[in-house]
Amino acid sequence: MTTETPTTDRIEQISADAHQAIQAAADTQALEQIRVQYLGRKAELPNLLRSVAELPASERAATGKAANEARKALEAAIETRANQLAAAELEQRLERDRVDVTLPGAPVALTGRLHLITQTRREIEDVFIGLGFNIAEGLEVETVYYNFDALNHTATHPARLMTDTFYVAPAPDILAPDTRLLRTHTSPMQVRAMERQPPPLYIIVPGRTYRPDNDATHTPQFHQIEGLAVDTDITLADLQGTLLTVARAIFGDEREVRLRPHFFPFTEPSVEVDVSCFNCTDGFTADGQRCPLCKGEGWIEILGAGIVDPNVFEYVREHGYDPEQIQGFAFGMGIERIAMLKHGVPDLRMLYDNDVRFLEQFG
Amino acid sequence: MRAPVEWLREYADPDLDTHALAHRLTMTGTKVDAILGHGVGALENFVVGRVLEAEQHPDADRLSVCLVDIGDQMPSQIVCGAPNVAAGQIVAVAKPGAVMPNGTELGKAKLRGVESNGMILAEDEVAIGTEHAGIMVLEQDGLVPGTPLEQVLPIATDVLELEITPNRPDCLGIYGVAREVHAATGAPLAPAPWTDDPGTPGEVELAAVQVDCPDLCPRFTARVFEEVKIGPSPWWLKARLMAAGQRPISNVVDITNYVMLLAGQPLHAFDLDRVAGARLTVRRARDGEQIETLDGQVRTLDSDMVLIEDAEGPTSIAGIMGGARSEVQPHTTRVLMEVANWNGANIHRTSLKLGLRSEASGRFEKQLQPEQAMEAQAVATRLMLELTGARLAPGTIDVGGPGPAPKTIRLRDARVASLLGAPIPRDRCREILNALEFSTLDADDGLDVTVPAFRRDDVTREADLIEEVARLDGLEKLPATLPSRHGASGRLTARQRLRRRAADALTAQGLHEIVGWSFTSPEVGDRLRLSAEHPLRRMVELANPLSSDLSVLRTTLLGSLLDVASHNRARGASTLRLFEAGAVYLTDGEERLPREPYHVGAVLSGAALAPSWRDGAPPTVDFFAAKGVLAGVLDTLRIPWTVTRATESFLHPGRSARIEAAGEPVGWVGEIHPLVAAEWDLRDTVAGFELDLDAVLEPPTPLYREVSGFPDVREDLAVVVSENVGAAQAIEVIRTAGGPLLRDAEVFDVYRDPEKLGEGNVSLALRLTYSALDRTLTDEDVAERRDAIANALQEQLGGRIRAA
Repeated sequence: MTTETPTTDRIEQISADAHQAIQAAADTQALEQIRVQYLGRKAELPNLLRSVAELPASERAATGKAANEARKALEAAIETRANQLAAAELEQRLERDRVDVTLPGAPVALTGRLHLITQTRREIEDVFIGLGFNIAEGLEVETVYYNFDALNHTATHPARLMTDTFYVAPAPDILAPDTRLLRTHTSPMQVRAMERQPPPLYIIVPGRTYRPDNDATHTPQFHQIEGLAVDTDITLADLQGTLLTVARAIFGDEREVRLRPHFFPFTEPSVEVDVSCFNCTDGFTADGQRCPLCKGEGWIEILGAGIVDPNVFEYVREHGYDPEQIQGFAFGMGIERIAMLKHGVPDLRMLYDNDVRFLEQFG
Repeated sequence: MRAPVEWLREYADPDLDTHALAHRLTMTGTKVDAILGHGVGALENFVVGRVLEAEQHPDADRLSVCLVDIGDQMPSQIVCGAPNVAAGQIVAVAKPGAVMPNGTELGKAKLRGVESNGMILAEDEVAIGTEHAGIMVLEQDGLVPGTPLEQVLPIATDVLELEITPNRPDCLGIYGVAREVHAATGAPLAPAPWTDDPGTPGEVELAAVQVDCPDLCPRFTARVFEEVKIGPSPWWLKARLMAAGQRPISNVVDITNYVMLLAGQPLHAFDLDRVAGARLTVRRARDGEQIETLDGQVRTLDSDMVLIEDAEGPTSIAGIMGGARSEVQPHTTRVLMEVANWNGANIHRTSLKLGLRSEASGRFEKQLQPEQAMEAQAVATRLMLELTGARLAPGTIDVGGPGPAPKTIRLRDARVASLLGAPIPRDRCREILNALEFSTLDADDGLDVTVPAFRRDDVTREADLIEEVARLDGLEKLPATLPSRHGASGRLTARQRLRRRAADALTAQGLHEIVGWSFTSPEVGDRLRLSAEHPLRRMVELANPLSSDLSVLRTTLLGSLLDVASHNRARGASTLRLFEAGAVYLTDGEERLPREPYHVGAVLSGAALAPSWRDGAPPTVDFFAAKGVLAGVLDTLRIPWTVTRATESFLHPGRSARIEAAGEPVGWVGEIHPLVAAEWDLRDTVAGFELDLDAVLEPPTPLYREVSGFPDVREDLAVVVSENVGAAQAIEVIRTAGGPLLRDAEVFDVYRDPEKLGEGNVSLALRLTYSALDRTLTDEDVAERRDAIANALQEQLGGRIRAA
């Protein structure tokens, strides 16, 4: 029990004054002064504590206890108040420390881009990897044998003409199998891949190809992705399903594909493959105009394909490709064409100008 | 090929408009590239008229003012400039509103003050001929003024621009396309135009033909026509030629062209009186033998080329081009009509070797069938008799005769289903094949199919028959399935991942990828200051480049990178950070395939960092900027590498190095020589590198190394070494001397001061990091290592530690 004494009264008085001052302190500096004033070496309360021994014995315990409690209470109040003030001051300081957040970051990390052709190539590659295909790369300087002969091109096929194929100097005998040329398609790798590996074979062959054309829709260098799937039971319906998957992955889940009969020397049956236009409905855009992308057809040609011609297998029969035992499909698509369609690039040549203002738009 | 729809419908006339017909043809494999209009438009404004009066124009000598009955209540006044206009003529009239072949709309006009309500037409004005000297005067019988002109003359037709694939030379004629229309639409097919041959077999007395090389000339047919009157062809024939894109010339020549367009088989008309000896011999040329062709050029032949000669020598290069000597002339009266079949590959080769192509050679080289020769001969005979007043001399020369017996192929039901992924009923297959003129017999497991002569070369195997039934049954019926794969799985190879990561490491450092040309100019060697024997000068050369500056294949990526840098600099780009990844083509000069290693190259110019509002003037690139980017690639790939001072002629000799990995050179890094940069109009520092990514080994799979739980001890050390030593060598010595406790040593400052350090010396400030796996290192540990380092520097490099 605390007994009232004159000294305890004084302690209460000091305590009350001090608590009032603490609450009134405006900043941490003022609070520090208050701490010194009430709890410092020369302050009254600590002195009271120190002089408790001099008090009459009857007062000693009560006074000592009261002073000690008062000191502890003051210390706690100061700490609480100090935390309050420090938080408020930090808040103010941070508030003053504001910046224009709309200025650019600095230093800006430079942003580089893959070329649109590479981006598109990777996109297509990744779809085919998911479908179980591997990626093979072939030679760009090839022989007549792999580019034409083993792909069942007749000796008179017009693609062999020097107007249609780049040949390596000196003046070539364009019908000799060893004559060197720049591959006109990625298809030579079909036969090379089959020479290297028995079926089942699932590959795509992306890469540069060359033909002597130069206008808004042809550059002498371009890129193709060849595909070849050979197994015991590959069908034309499998080709359609595979290309449907790819078309949807590249152009959107709403797409359809259609096969149109065509002719290629190294496939039989041969087809051209169209994808339904993603810019219109049945050839007409939302505002009723004839679609400029598909020219009102509703379909856009994207590639050539077919069932591998048995004559091609004859060239690799001893590598495990007996045309009565295995069958396959093959296709070839232009990377530039896919990229231009998907990204609305109006002129093929832009892809080879490499203007930085173009490059930074993709990749 | 241009197929006038009006002509096509004579043989197969489906109940489809042109667009629907085109769609059906396209979806069954005869692709229609375009639908064109030929002739005039607004057909209601073209009518038959009768000239009632033709008076001299009061103010123009050469104009007539005509009153023409065009079936209206009142005759029309039309001013006409043709000299042959006369009262009483039945003529073709275009009324105002008529749309002419060039698309212009005819209006009312005043000619020298006299009103003209239309035009009396010449044949060229409605694109059914080329004659413009006078108006067309129509046959009078029964033609009533006001009759729509389209009922009298073929003045307008749609034309299908067809893509005929090389396997279908049978479709290079209108009747061949009509067969496809029949099979694709079910429209009845009219009998072939050669069904009734007015000719007779047997000897021909007036001419003889000898074929010395039957391997190259499987069939040669000829007939002789006497009392031929050369003149213009009728309008219906001229109109069809025009619509098909051929210019009418005279009846005999037009007949050869018309029959070619109809039957797909070229013909050649000789003036028999100019065939010396009335005898033609087909033989191989002698090596070096010369002949002058119709185009006036002298051609030198070889013994694999075939010519046709008469008693005075060669007259034609077989299947390609005739000679002027025996050409049909305006006064020709006796015609020898040659229709022959040639070996397509041989024609192709001759045409290639001579650089000589013609409509005929373009068809023959696709390999026509011998049967087609007699078909064309029959049609030509009928037209010669009908249109030239000729009399057919009895007999037909036919050397070689028809082709081999037709082939029969088994079409197995099961194979159809297994190749397509869905069955086509046997009845349906039979129906389709019969419509295509294949004959069929039922077999146990399918059909025995006999191929018609005109498809002999195209359809030789079961797969070819499957294509026929699939394309006509409709590919849209096929399901969409995925291959069963049988366990095959797809993934990138380690090398492919490496290439992707290299490109990603470059874009991450702010470089844009370019795709340059594989072609370049041989002069790039000079521009790169390459010595005459420099291996990069050995370029693969093209035989037929598009131009001389695209005539060789690149041996370095630097050329295309500088091309693109220059292009962008010219368009105002000050900072350039570009890379390319792809093949270069390295030849040893031998005639074999070049090596095509996969290179990665980069060029940098301008600011080394992005300028910002804090630092408006960042440093520009130099050697170390390029080396930093290179490090970003190789370190990302975890490929250990070093550089050695070395240069190339296109590099700054003091700021260039060779890149080495696993002790092998794999590329260069450096600043581009200012003279080389200037060749590409680049005036400031350009730095770059080129790396043969195929030459670096794939890094091994990283294995875990223990991480110390004890604190590192760091110490900065300045070492003084000769400038010739090189930082890499100094660090190597320090690392070795530092032993296993020294985990890292990095240069953080380089300092030169001849007075304090001595001439030719450099101070490298290094931050060393020591650690041990089993304990906290003491000062004594570090001091011991420092002494070892000091000794090693002294002993191996003549260097010293500058300040402890």
